[in-house]
This record gives sequence, structure tokens and C-alpha cells, in this order.
Amino acid sequence: MTQLIWNGLFVGSFYALIALGYSMVYGIIKLLNFAHGDIYMLGAFIGFATLSSFGVIPASMSITALLIVLLLTMIITGGIGVGIERLAYRPLRNSPRLAVLITAVGASFTLEYGVSAIAGPNPKVFPVRLQGETFDVLGARISAPQIVLMAIAILLMLGLNSYIQRTSMGRAMRAIALDSKGSLLMGINVNKVITWTFFIGSALAGAAGVMAGAYYGKIDFLMGFIIGLKAFTAAVIGGIGNIKGAMLGGLLLGLLEAFGSQWLGGEWRDVFTFAVLIAFLTLKPTGLLGERVTERV
Amino acid sequence: MSENVDTSTAPRRIGKPASRFSALFESKQLGWAAFGIAVVFPFILASNYAMNIATTAVIFVLLASGLNIVVGYCGLLDLGYIAFMAVGAYTAGIVSKAWELPILFTIPAVLVMTILAGLIIGAPTLRLRSDYLAIVTLGFGEIIRLTANNLTITGGPSGIYGIPGIHLFGMNLSNPVPFYYFCVVFVSLLVLGSARLGKSRLGRAWRFVREDEDAAEAMGIHTYKVKLAAYIFGAIWGGLGGMLFAAHLSAISPQSFVFLQSALVLMAVVLGGMGNTRGVVVGAVVISLLPEFLRDMGNLRYVIFGVVLILVMVLRPQGFWPARAFEVEKSDDEEGPGGGTKGTRRDRRKTASANSATGENA
Repeated sequence: MTQLIWNGLFVGSFYALIALGYSMVYGIIKLLNFAHGDIYMLGAFIGFATLSSFGVIPASMSITALLIVLLLTMIITGGIGVGIERLAYRPLRNSPRLAVLITAVGASFTLEYGVSAIAGPNPKVFPVRLQGETFDVLGARISAPQIVLMAIAILLMLGLNSYIQRTSMGRAMRAIALDSKGSLLMGINVNKVITWTFFIGSALAGAAGVMAGAYYGKIDFLMGFIIGLKAFTAAVIGGIGNIKGAMLGGLLLGLLEAFGSQWLGGEWRDVFTFAVLIAFLTLKPTGLLGERVTERV
Repeated sequence: MSENVDTSTAPRRIGKPASRFSALFESKQLGWAAFGIAVVFPFILASNYAMNIATTAVIFVLLASGLNIVVGYCGLLDLGYIAFMAVGAYTAGIVSKAWELPILFTIPAVLVMTILAGLIIGAPTLRLRSDYLAIVTLGFGEIIRLTANNLTITGGPSGIYGIPGIHLFGMNLSNPVPFYYFCVVFVSLLVLGSARLGKSRLGRAWRFVREDEDAAEAMGIHTYKVKLAAYIFGAIWGGLGGMLFAAHLSAISPQSFVFLQSALVLMAVVLGGMGNTRGVVVGAVVISLLPEFLRDMGNLRYVIFGVVLILVMVLRPQGFWPARAFEVEKSDDEEGPGGGTKGTRRDRRKTASANSATGENA
């Protein structure tokens, strides 16, 4: 039981990290960034490439090396996210929604098969595999790397939260989410803020990618597809557009999934998750923390 | 308003085609020409390989015309369209194997199952914003594939084998060439059906919803019902495509229904020109034949697909061969300093609506 809860929270913290990017972008420009899951995949591959270029890393150094790679990857994936926004989404800012959604699918496709063309379609084994002793806490087996990774995830989320609540850029983001035209009139550089949003969201997804690669040890070019969907589910559960909701939704989805797969069997895990998504959209489309927004015409 | 309009006298087109060239492309005989090409094709090239590819292309045309109803006419993005094909294929396969029925007798079961699938996925999501529909259909596609992978009735990962071919009036149509002809006729009828649907009253309601949902609602269109209808028609077309697919390959497995396939169908609709049946047919043929020519490019061809998808949306969002408006052209509703072009556009729109008004009163 405690084992299940712990596993759920651990996986959930990954979902939450990715869901944050989804939710931020959606909250600010009402765009479903399908390519977001692929940024996560890209993060894993960039981490893989940089770690491989380091050569052999002694086991004692693996955490430090991982942290350096994590930072580097966050910067690169953030940049790529900004690039995608610039090339694919910005020209369509005022287009019908359908066009933007199709562009997002195109961006996701390009990333997936671009990586598979460069790195090859076969799964890669991550050069650093986090291993460590396990301890027993209340009957759950918890390993040291799990604690480290979860601590990183929580730190990133807390950092993001205070960034959005405390800094002027964060205030600008919230303002644009409320009323983008109004914020433009009040002197906020909307394009710059949107660029930043994409940067932060993509950096977080990239971080999640490196962490997942280091933990699970295997990466492949389609790994972002399912997790992107799950992150979206997490964002919907928490209330899309709501930062705290995304974190809550991620953890909750992790828990639901852990219990669901225990109950139905592991092969039904993804089916269960998407069924949860559909159920949520039917019963409570605003999510747990989301507010009912009336669409302005 | 639409209640009292006699559609027979409604204006067919606004304005004349721009040139003789485009007049050629809009002629009514084009559909017959395409049908003729499809009929003549086996006389030119009848190797098993060519017939196999041609049949696949014809089935792909059916899928694209079905997705065109959802995406093109109604403007709802469906990213899991292949799920309906999977439902159709598995229903046809399971039913025909279990009761040893000819595969055409499974059509009622296929219809029931696909409509049910359309309702399950459409009913909760179509009340929400269209973005939700896109991602939920993506999830639904995965649900169907994983379910097929996990259940024993669907044969698990190895799928179903030995699905019977088509038998009609005592004739065995399972050989490549007869089966190809059967597909051509079957698909032509359904493509024609989708084109006629697009011109029906329901079709006009779909386009209205696509252009401006709130205005459509205000005009008395029950947008939810109309969208659900589009969704269900799309599901039926997809399910019948799946049935043909099952009969064609005689074996189906979950690997045939991955997201990539949905994306390719979407690609055909978007490139061909959303809402224009002819464009979509051409797009489907191109998309299904292109991989045969680009075989040695490997995965790079999908990168190109992705880039093309973005470029088309940025540079030519209406597709290569867009639908010409039967009604008033969509106006630009964005604010901002309007240039001279905008004025003329608005004038044209005014005259166009005047035309249509007189046309409707006549």
C-alpha cells in the first residue's frame, strides 16, 4: 500500500513537471502544444548525447554529472521550445484554432522523426543509470536516486511557483492569461512573455526527460507521445491553465495510475489513464482547481 | 432561416472561376475522370504488387473522405481517426470469423460498433472546446489500440488471421483485381456520398459551425447535435474503411492502427484542401503513394511530412486545393488597422451576400 503510494507520487512528479509546461502555455495563449511531450523526449536524447560525449563517468560522480547535464539540457530544450514557438506558432497567433492545432501536430511529428532520423529508430541505453541503496520507510522500498530525482522535481516546481507569484515576469504572465489585449495596452511586451513561457515550459520538460532517462535507463524517439498525453490528462485533472493544479493533477494521476494498474493489471495502465481523462472531461471539465471560464466571443 | 430556403434555387457558386485552368478543375466531370482512371489502371499495370498498393490507396481515399467530414466540413480536429478504422476492422474480423459469415454481412455490426464508438468519444467532448476533442481523440486512438492488444477476443498482439475475402452474388472477389474493382466501386459511392452530404443542409450547418460556432448557435443551429452528426458520419466512413482493410489484408493486428496512420490521414485531408472532396481524394492518393517512391529515405520522409504540415498551415492554410465557397466567403474578423485590401474584401463580401440573398429569394 505505502509502496503503491510512493510509486505513484514518484511517477506523478514527472507528470507534474511536464504538465506544468502544458498548462502554462495553455493558460497564456490557449494553445495545446502537442510538441510538448516531444520536448521531453528531446531532453532525454540531449542528455544522452552530452553524457555520452563525457566518456566514462565514475559511479560516485554520476549525480554531479547528471546535474550539470540537467542544466545544460534545460537550456537547450528551452531554446528549442522558443524556436518552435517562433517558427510554427507565432505566425498563426490569430489564425483559426484548427490551423494552430494542425501545426502543433506537424511540430510534434518533425521532432519525433527528426530525432529518429538523427539518432536511429532503435531504443538507446542511457549511459548513466542511477543506482543506490534502498531503504524501508513504512513498508515501502525507496531508493536513494528516487529521493534525489523527486527532490529535484519538487525544487523545480517550487521555484517555478515562486517565480510566477513573485517576479514581474510572472505577474506579466498572469496578466496575459487574464487578458492579453489589455496587458498589451498596459505596456507588457506580450511576445517576450510568451517566449519566456515557452522557454520555461520546455526547460522543465527537458529536465523531466533527462531524469526519466537516467532513472529508467532506456530512451526512444516515441517516448514523448504517451507521456505528453498523460501530462495533458494531469493538466486537465488539476484544471488546465492553473499552475498549482498541474502539480496536483500530476501527483494525483500518478497515484490513480499506480492503484489502477494494481487493480486492473499493468497492461491496462494507459487505457485506465485515458479513461480517467474522458471521465474527467465528462463530469468536471474544469478540473479540480480550475475556474469556470465563460468564453468571450 | 435555413428552414424556408429552397436549396434547388440557392446559388451554387459565388463568382466565376478565375481562369480556364481553374474552370477545368471545377468541372463536374472530374469525378468521372478519376473513376475512369481508377477503372483503367489494372489494364495498364496489373502486377500483384501494383494491385496491392492501388487497393491500399483506394481504401486510404475512403478514410480521408471520412475524416474530411469531421475536419474539413465541421472543423473538428480528430487525431485518433484510425481508431474507427480499427473498430470496423476488428468488428468485421471477429464477427465474420465467429459465425463464419461473409464479410459483407458484418456491415450492420460494423455500423453499430462504429456509431457506438463515435458516441462514446464524441458525446462527452463535443460540448467542450475543440482542442479537448483533439487530444481526447488522440487518447481514444491509444485506448482502442491497447485494448485490441490486451484482449484475447482480438487475438492480442498477433491480431486476427484468416479473415474471409469478399463474396458477392456467388462470385469470389478475393483475387487482387476483382477485389480492387469492388473497392473502387464501394469507395466511389461513399466518396460521392460524403460530397453530397457536404452540400446538404446538414453540410451547410457543418460549415457554418466551422466558420463561427457562436453565430451558428445564435442562428438556431443545434451545434452539439450537428457536430455529433459529423463525428458519427466520420466514424461510419472510417469503420467501413476498416472493414475493407480487413478483407484486403485478411489479417489485422494492433500495429496497423498506430498514431502515425491517423496523422497520415489527417495529412491527406489538410494537404488536399480541407472541405474539398476532390482535393482530399488527390491528397489521399498522393500521401498513400508517396511512401512507395520515397522508400529509401526511411524516417526522413516523416520529418518532411511534419515540416510540410507546418509550412502549409503557415503559408497556405486552406490546403493546396481549397474548397471554393458555395456561400459567402468567410470574412476577416480580426481587428487592427485595415488596409485597402480589407475594404475591397468587405465590399466583395457585401455584394456576395447581396447575390446570395437575391438567389435565395428568387
